[in-house]
Amino acid sequence: MDRKQETIMGMTYVQKLIARACGRSEVAVGEVVEPPVGLAMSHENAALVINQFLEIYKETGREPKVWDPDRIAIIFDHRVPAESSKTATNQKKVRDFVAQQGIRKFHDIRGDVGGICHQILPENGYVRPGAMVLGTDSHTTTHGALGAFAFGIGATEMAAVWTLGKLLNVEVPGTIKVVVNGPVPAGVYPKDIILHLVGKLTAEGANFKVIEFRGDAIRTMPTSGRLVLCNMTVEAGATAGVVPPDEETVRYLREEAGVDGPLDLFGPDEDAIYERVVEIDASRLAPQIACPHTVDNVKPIEEVTGKKVHQIVVGSCTNGRLDDLEVAARILKGKRVADGTRMVVFPASWRIYSEALRLGYLQDLVQAGAVVCNPGCGPCLGVHQGALGDGETALATTNRNFKGRMGNPSSEVYLCSSAVAAASALSGVISDPRGVL
Amino acid sequence: MAKATVVRKVGDDVSTDAIYPGRYMATVLPSETPQFAFADDLDLNQKLKAGEVPAGSFLIAGKNFGCGSSREQAASCLKGYGLVVIARHFARIFLQNSINVGLNMVICPELEAEEGHELEIEGGQVWNRTTGRSFAITPLPKARQAIIDAGGLIPYARRLLLERSA
Repeated sequence: MDRKQETIMGMTYVQKLIARACGRSEVAVGEVVEPPVGLAMSHENAALVINQFLEIYKETGREPKVWDPDRIAIIFDHRVPAESSKTATNQKKVRDFVAQQGIRKFHDIRGDVGGICHQILPENGYVRPGAMVLGTDSHTTTHGALGAFAFGIGATEMAAVWTLGKLLNVEVPGTIKVVVNGPVPAGVYPKDIILHLVGKLTAEGANFKVIEFRGDAIRTMPTSGRLVLCNMTVEAGATAGVVPPDEETVRYLREEAGVDGPLDLFGPDEDAIYERVVEIDASRLAPQIACPHTVDNVKPIEEVTGKKVHQIVVGSCTNGRLDDLEVAARILKGKRVADGTRMVVFPASWRIYSEALRLGYLQDLVQAGAVVCNPGCGPCLGVHQGALGDGETALATTNRNFKGRMGNPSSEVYLCSSAVAAASALSGVISDPRGVL
Repeated sequence: MAKATVVRKVGDDVSTDAIYPGRYMATVLPSETPQFAFADDLDLNQKLKAGEVPAGSFLIAGKNFGCGSSREQAASCLKGYGLVVIARHFARIFLQNSINVGLNMVICPELEAEEGHELEIEGGQVWNRTTGRSFAITPLPKARQAIIDAGGLIPYARRLLLERSA
């Protein structure tokens, strides 16, 4: 009770969002609430969610029916097209369930509307400021970039959401304010900012907390970059990352996501209480590299340049967007991926793929020797294409470098921006992009 | 909980990729996931599969156990062997998944124990019977106690479903 009195002065963005979702004027940090869910997303692991959902309904005498089919989104991305009959059978089971329940936000394996869930949700206008967005994927934090409170949950938790339409027994999290000021130097990207932050906070530094991004470098950053920041907040253990919505959020939603109608825009209170404030001076940042085998093992690029790389990966829900493909194509155009190094590219969605095709980026990449694969999670989690050999090293724009992440526990993964990846593809060793931009 | 042995001690920040590698994620059913528990730790994986680790045995870990992916297989595969996981603390999604599927887990920030030691949980303490020392347990989040008491999220959600008017 004491705690409640303390916090009611001003609320952080997510505190305010939860209060509004619960139809209340205020909530206190640590208070237990059961907010209704705005959007519930799953990918192939919907197969397990379905299993658990049917378990909940077992012997209840009720017909299994999801609470609201229009608030459920299912996107196939982890293994597309299916790499095994087992996956194909899981996907078939999900497809049947989607048809039976009338779920319309379903993105099957298609070259027009398919892609990675964390790109499909924003680009189709499924994510709105002020919404509670849950996903059975830890990188659901991505959608905080549009002012949603978005985070990952497990399959059984999602089955309960499908049944009841609300999240059960959650504590209102405290918030860490991260203020990023610029100007951001040439050759330094949102990926470098978030890698630096994860290194600074450590893999557990934001456990059970929300990271709220503020500062002039955030205000001037396009949504594509904010998606990168929020995507990787989970690597510091954060429940969610969020950028309070502004003119750029509205621009993205109207112009790129085709959203009409009113938007619920609000900001944190000026006297909000934060558990911690972290300031980052982006003007002093160099490109950053997360070294094996933890994402918080981050070093400025000078410390790792020259390291031999066997596979370069550009893509994923972190860095597979049009601006990533543009910078990679610009660096590689008319040049050649080094012998002894292979480069694979996974655009984040087919919309991005088509646009990159139209603009000639894919042509530039292919002519330089890169292999452009279909949009999907690809090698990021070692389940589908782009596996590593024993003792090999990958340099990737993805979000995790845990031991065995790319399918082989005796390989190594380094993480970087798309510019670093492309510059290193030219030389075959980790290279600073500021020399080739 | 009865006295049992520490079967494995792991370090800090053990990820869900280490507990349940991504390449086995197409296997989802709790009845099928245990075979891939710690698949890249061949010694432990084989001991578990061979039935050499009695239910109730302890896996002890450092901080942030289960960080990374939301894959529930990481909790269900350990539950399949009846392991009890003691960590200095757990990553959020793994903690919730474990409560939801009914994996026995204990938060014990100061625990000192080694593989082969005998531990016992009694009176809010982890007792290391080999060294004779005891270490305080941090209670699991109160907000989730109702789910733990119900035996997991499936029975809990089922009860709420039945309470709702048809």
